[in-house]
Amino acid sequence: MRHIGIRKWGPGLLVMIPSIVVIAVFVYGLIGWTVNTSLTDRTTALPADGYVGLENFTNLFQDDRFIHSLKNLGILTVVFIVGTMVLGFLWALLLERGFKGEGIFRSIYLFPMAVSFIASGVVWRWLLNSAQGDEAGGLNKLFDSLHLGFLQNPWWNDPDWGMAAMAIPAIWQLSGYVMALFLAGFRGIPGELREAARVDGASEFQMYRHVIFPQLSPVALSALIIVGHMSMKMFDLIMAVSGAQYLTEVPAVYLWTTLLGSNYAKACAIAVILLVVVAIVVVPYLISNARAEKRR
Amino acid sequence: MRRLSLVAGIAALGLALAGCGGDDSDNSAGDTGGNSGSGTEASGDVEVFTWWTEGGEKAGLDGLVKVFGEKYPNLKFVNGAVAGGAGSNAKAVLASRLQTQDPPDTFQGHAGGELSDYIKAGQLEDLSDLYQSEGWSDVFPKTLIDAITYEGKIYSVPSNVHRANVVWANPSVLEKAGIDPAAEPPASIADWITQLDKVKASGVETPLSIATDWTQVQLLETVLISDLKADAYKGLWTGDTKWDSAEVTTALNDYAKLMSYTNSNRSSLDWPDAANMVRDGKAAYNVMGDWVAANWQGEKLEEGTDYIYFPVPGSQGTFDFLSDSFTLPVGAKNPEGAKDWLRVVGSAEGQKAFNTVKGSIPARTDASAADYPTYQQSAIKDFSTDTIVPSLAHGAAASISWLNDITSAVGKFGTSKFDSGAVSELQSGLTQAASNNLQS
Repeated sequence: MRHIGIRKWGPGLLVMIPSIVVIAVFVYGLIGWTVNTSLTDRTTALPADGYVGLENFTNLFQDDRFIHSLKNLGILTVVFIVGTMVLGFLWALLLERGFKGEGIFRSIYLFPMAVSFIASGVVWRWLLNSAQGDEAGGLNKLFDSLHLGFLQNPWWNDPDWGMAAMAIPAIWQLSGYVMALFLAGFRGIPGELREAARVDGASEFQMYRHVIFPQLSPVALSALIIVGHMSMKMFDLIMAVSGAQYLTEVPAVYLWTTLLGSNYAKACAIAVILLVVVAIVVVPYLISNARAEKRR
Repeated sequence: MRRLSLVAGIAALGLALAGCGGDDSDNSAGDTGGNSGSGTEASGDVEVFTWWTEGGEKAGLDGLVKVFGEKYPNLKFVNGAVAGGAGSNAKAVLASRLQTQDPPDTFQGHAGGELSDYIKAGQLEDLSDLYQSEGWSDVFPKTLIDAITYEGKIYSVPSNVHRANVVWANPSVLEKAGIDPAAEPPASIADWITQLDKVKASGVETPLSIATDWTQVQLLETVLISDLKADAYKGLWTGDTKWDSAEVTTALNDYAKLMSYTNSNRSSLDWPDAANMVRDGKAAYNVMGDWVAANWQGEKLEEGTDYIYFPVPGSQGTFDFLSDSFTLPVGAKNPEGAKDWLRVVGSAEGQKAFNTVKGSIPARTDASAADYPTYQQSAIKDFSTDTIVPSLAHGAAASISWLNDITSAVGKFGTSKFDSGAVSELQSGLTQAASNNLQS
C-alpha cells in the first residue's frame, strides 16, 4: 500500500522540488533577509551593530519625504486604476457588441502592453513636456496648434497633482489588457442566459445591468488586483519619464536612492512596507480565490 | 495543490520586492562579480574598474591605457568597465564585489566625500606612501590634497579635475539688456541679481536657466561658497559651520531669489537642456560645471561671441572642484600592478593623455597649459592659484547618503513658491540632513 502511495505523489514531488527550493531560497529566504536587515541599524556600508526593533519604520513614518512619496503613489494608483478600469471596460463593451473590424481594434488596443515601460516612458517624457506657449513641445504643442491652448498644462511638473499625469502613460499601456480580461469575461457568459433574458422580455439595458454585469465581477476584481499591484510597485515608468527626483518620488524610487546611499536598513524597511501594502491587497484575494476553487 | 498555487502566487509578488535583499546579499554577489574578473588571473593582469565606456571618457581611458602599456609592458590592462546609469550600475556591482572580497585591482570613484563609505568600511588601502615616493604632495595643490585627505590619510589618486562654480552667459542677450559682456562680471550675488533684473526687464522670460534637482543642488552649493566663503563652506562638511546659522539663512535667501529667475519646466530638463537655453538665447545665464565648455567646443561655438563664462559672482578666487580618482582596494589580487596603474594616473604624461581628450584639466599644477583649449587654459591657471573647495553635487564634499538627503530637500524647495516659509523649511531640511549624516 505504502509503495503505491509514493508512486502516486513521488514523481510529482520530484518535479516540483527544484522550483520549491528555488522559491524558498530566492523569494522567502530573501524576504526574510530583507525583514531581518530592516530591523538592524545597518545604515552605512559597515556591517550592522545590532537590532533597533521597529525604529527604521517609525522613522520612515515621521519622514516628510516618505509621506510625500506615499501621497504620490496614492494619486498615481487611484488615477491609474480608475483610468484603466473605465477605459478597458468601455472598449470591451463596445467590442462585445460585435461591430466590424473587431479583431483589428482588439490588436490596436492590446499592442501598447507589448512595449516596455522604459521604452514608452522615453516617448511620453517628450509628449508630456511641460513647456507652454512658444517653447511648447509634445502634447502642449499639439494643443497649441489645434487652437486648444487652454488645454496646455504642466503635466507631471505640477507639484500637487502632477502624479495624475504620470498615470497617463500607464493607462495608455494597460487599458488594452484590462479590455482583454473583460472581453474574455463577456465571452465566458453562455448565450443561453442572454436568450433567456430576452425571452423574459428584458430590454438590452436591463439584460446587461442584471444578467451580464454581475457575472463580470470576478473578472473586474482580478483586473483591479493586477493593475493595482503593478501601480504600487511602479518604478521603471517614473525613472524613464522624470528620473529620480523629489517631485515624482514614489516609495520604490526612494528605496532605490536610499540603497545607492548604502543605507541598507532604511531601504529594506521601505521594501517591507511596500510588500505589506501589496500583500494587504493581494492575499485576501488569493485566499478567496482558493476557497472558491475548493467549493467548485 | 491549490494551497501551493496560492503560495506560488504570493511568492511571485514577493520576488519583485525582494530586490533590496538581493543587491548586497552574499548569494547574489557571486553572480554579479563573476563576469568581469576571473579568480585565477596571471600575476601580470591589472583589472581597472570604471564606468567609462563611451565618448570622451572612453577616449581618455584609452589614452591612459596607452601610456600604461608603454611604461609597464609586463603588465596587462584588463578592462572591468560597467556601463550605464552614470555610474550607478557600476557602483552596485562594485559594492557586491567588495563585500565578497573579490575587488578589482583598482576602481574609479569621485574623489572626496563619496569615497568615505568605502574608507569607513575598511575597503581601501592608504596611499600616503605612494604620494611620498612619487612626490605628488608637491605637484598637486595643497588645498586639493586637504580635500581628499580623510583623517590624515589619502586613499585615492585624482585623474582629472572639473570646476563646478562657473556661470555660462550669452553675450548678445546681455547686450540687449544693456549689460556690457566685455566688462568685469558682477562681483557679488547682489550685483548679479541687479543684472538678472535688467535681463528680465529686457523681456527675457528666463534670465537664469536651470534643470532637474541635482543642478539645483549645484547652484545652491555655489551660492553657499559665494556667501559663506571657502573656509565656512568647508566647515559645513565637518560640522564647524552650523546649517541653522544666520549666514546660511542669508545664503538660502539669495538662493531663493536666484531660483525666482529660473524656468518653471526645470524638472523636465537635464543639464544640456538648461545650458542650451543660454546657447540659443532663451536664457542669459546658466550655472554648470565646465563640461559645458567641452560640449560647446565640440559644437564649434566661439568663445567671446557665442558664449562667455566667469566664476559664480562672489566666488572669485575659489575653485569648486570635482574629480575622478583611482583607488587601491583592500585585498586586490595584484596590488603592485595596481600601484603602477596609479603611478600612471598621477603622472604628468598620464594626466595629459587623459585630460586633453576628456575636456577636463589635470590635477597636477605642473601641466603645460598650451596643450589645452582656451577655457581649460584659464581653468588650469585658476586651479593653481585659487582656494580649492569640494563640490557637493558631484560627490567631493559629502557621502552619497548625505547628498541624497540634501538633494531631496532642494528638490522639494524647487517645487515651492520660493517664499520665506519654503526657505525656512529648506534650512531645517538641510540641518536635519547634516545631523543625520555627520554623526555616523
